[in-house]
Parts: sequence; C-alpha cells; structure tokens
Amino acid sequence: MSDFHFSLVTPEKVLFEGRAQMVTLRAGEGDIAFLAGHAPFLGTVEVCVTKILLPDDRVEMAAVHGGFVRAAGDNLTVLAGVAELASEIDINRAERALEAAERRLNQLDDASELAAIARARVRLDASQVKRP
Amino acid sequence: MAGGQERILRRRIKSVQSTKKITRAMELIASSRIVRAMGRISSARPYYEQLSEVVRDLAAGSSLPKSLYIGQGDESKVLGLVVMVADRGLCGGYNSTALRMAERLIRSREAKGQKTRVVVVGRKGEAYFRYREIAVDGSLMHISDRPSYQDARTIADMILGPFEAEEISAVDVISTRFLSAGTQKLERSRLAPIDPAIFASDTKTSYDFEYEPSPEAIIDPLLKQFVESKIFALLLEASASELAAKQRAMAAATENAEELIKSLSRVMNRARQDAITTEIMEIVGGAEALGSSSDWESESQLVEFKSNSPRAS
Repeated sequence: MSDFHFSLVTPEKVLFEGRAQMVTLRAGEGDIAFLAGHAPFLGTVEVCVTKILLPDDRVEMAAVHGGFVRAAGDNLTVLAGVAELASEIDINRAERALEAAERRLNQLDDASELAAIARARVRLDASQVKRP
Repeated sequence: MAGGQERILRRRIKSVQSTKKITRAMELIASSRIVRAMGRISSARPYYEQLSEVVRDLAAGSSLPKSLYIGQGDESKVLGLVVMVADRGLCGGYNSTALRMAERLIRSREAKGQKTRVVVVGRKGEAYFRYREIAVDGSLMHISDRPSYQDARTIADMILGPFEAEEISAVDVISTRFLSAGTQKLERSRLAPIDPAIFASDTKTSYDFEYEPSPEAIIDPLLKQFVESKIFALLLEASASELAAKQRAMAAATENAEELIKSLSRVMNRARQDAITTEIMEIVGGAEALGSSSDWESESQLVEFKSNSPRAS
C-alpha cells in the first residue's frame, strides 16, 4: 500500500508529521478516509477521533476538536484549533471532565456542556478506553 | 557628625547593591525566557502558514465567496481596537509607548466624532484606561507570560462578536512585533476584515478542490480561525517583546546601580578619610595645646610632688 505525507498541525505546535497509509476522520458531511492519491479536497473537520494508519501498520489515534482538512497532491493536512495525540491525553482528567459535565447537564441543558461532553468523549475514545 | 554621614552612605550603598542583585536576576530570567518565547513563536508558525495556504487555495480555486471577513474595512464608522501590553511593568517603555499610541488614536477619533471600542490585553493596559476613564469593552489579564491559543480565542470572541453583528466595521490591533531579539516594533495592524490582496498569490499549481460542505460554508469559519491564529501569533510576539524590553531595561538598571555604587563609595571614602583627618587633627591640636604650656614629664612630676607634699610635711 502506498503512503502519503500527513501532518496534524495545531496553533501551539505540529502534533504529527510523517508518512501515513490512511487517515480517517469526520469531515463536514460525514466520515471520510484518505488514501494516497486522494482528489484535492478542502473541508471542515468535526470534533472526532482521527485514526492514522502508519506505514508499518501501527495505528496512531488523535482527538481533534474541530478544524479544517486539506488534501493536495501528496500532502494531507489537518489544521485543528485544539488536538491531542492519544499518548498525550490525560485519561483521568478527561473522565473527571466528562462526569462533571454530565452532572451539570442534568441541571440545565446547555450547548457548552454538550460540547464539553463531546470533547471528553473524543479524548477517551482516542485513548481507547472501554466505556459502558 | 562626619561618622554619621559615612553610616548613611554605607546604608545607601547596601540598598543599591541589593537592588542591583534583583535587577540582575530579573535580567537573567528575562533572557532565559526569551529563548522559550522565541521557540513558541516558531512552533506556531506552521499553523498560520498552512491556514493561509488553505485560504489561498480557496481564493485561487473558485472565486473567493462573499464573506464579511473580506474587504478593505471602513474605519470612519466604529473601529474595534485590540491593545496588547504586559501584566507587569519594569520593562522600559514597552507598555507606555503602546498605550500612548492607543490613547492618541482613540482621542483623535473622538475629536472627529468616531467611536472606538477597545479590548485590552494586560493588567497595565486595563489600569491605564480605567485611570483615564476610557471605556473598555473587555479586558484579558494574567496571560502575557504565557498566552495560550484559548486566550487568543477569547480575545477573538470579544472583538469579532460585534464585528459579525456589524456593530464594528473594522478591527485593528496595536501590539509590539518581535522582529528579532534585537529589534521590536510597535505596530498598528488590521485584523479584520482581511485584505484579499494578501491571498492573491502567484498561483503555482492550482488544484481543483472538492469542497465539503461548500466554499460558502467553509469561508467564514476558516477566516475566523485565520484571524484567531493571527491574534495568537501577535500575542506570542508581544510576550517575547515584553521579555526583550524587560531584559534591556534590567540590564540598564544593573549598569546604573553599578555606577551609583561606584560614585557613592567614592563619596563615602572621602567622608571617611575626612573624618579620620579631622580626628587626627583634633588629637594633634590637643597635644600641641598641652605641649605649649609645659613639658609632659615635668607636669606629671609636678602633680606627684604636689600630692606627696602634704604627707611629707
């Protein structure tokens, strides 16, 4: 399987840069998988887990909290305001945040709480914690 | 009297010495932090560049869709102004020049009957405007040490909210650009709307992009993110500039303290020498006064003789 150059860039730093066989993420109109030679593409990225299949068949996961994706030529770039690699995610903190947000949500329905829950869920999913 | 002056000087020198220690420490801290701040600037650059690239693609591929964020901006109406200064002083003219520039702009617009809505970053700025009774839309403090992207977002929300509601027709920012460790420049630049000229690149290889959802739906969030990342870049540069200004101010302060210690010690040594000279003069003068009346030895014999004489008789 041929590979392509993938970079995951946040304002603070470049999170991931290197070759990849496949990258899966959730774009504006649904999940999409990029392979080498993808048609030029420009779209939004939702809060989602981004799966990066490396050339040696290992999988790297990242939590991406919204942004843009651009595919052109041999390059695929994801620009995210906030993103974390699975290895960098503080699972305990994400779990606590999820609990706290869910507790607050019981009291009042609020878009920002829903967003907080989505963020925490994506972090936990990316770090592959089994949830009930 | 003379000894009293010496003591006062000694105390002064000691206090200047401890001040020097502090300024020296602050200088060293600033110069070590500068390196990190510069590192943050360069690690933020890829994001900004890639984002510009995406906007450029969008501009090149299709004709740029209509957006509130694109245009020249009419500042004769209400202008939004972001002023970026530091939380702390002791950094030379860093805060005051930026704040004076902002105040001049606001006052001159006021004279022309134009409104300005201000968002200020940094405690020093907040205090400055409060003291001068200039109304501030919002302020963000305690971030100039280590601005995060979240802070840039907060600022963007404060100023772009009214911009999107079309209460403000243009947004400018006054901040200090970090050109290199040696040069920083106070600058007023436009945040929004964005001049389309900067995206009109020499289209090298224009791709025929597929858009999802559509160019019209992408353009606004994309440009908003672009403005956010510009604010973030400016915050990082302002933070590095603050450190550079602080380092220079503290280096000058340390040098001045050294000068002061040198001249004070000179005065003190002279005072001490004067005191010693006076003391010697007093002793010599006293001795001479005694010596002129009679010889030391004969006088003591005289006393002895006198005290013994009643017993002898």
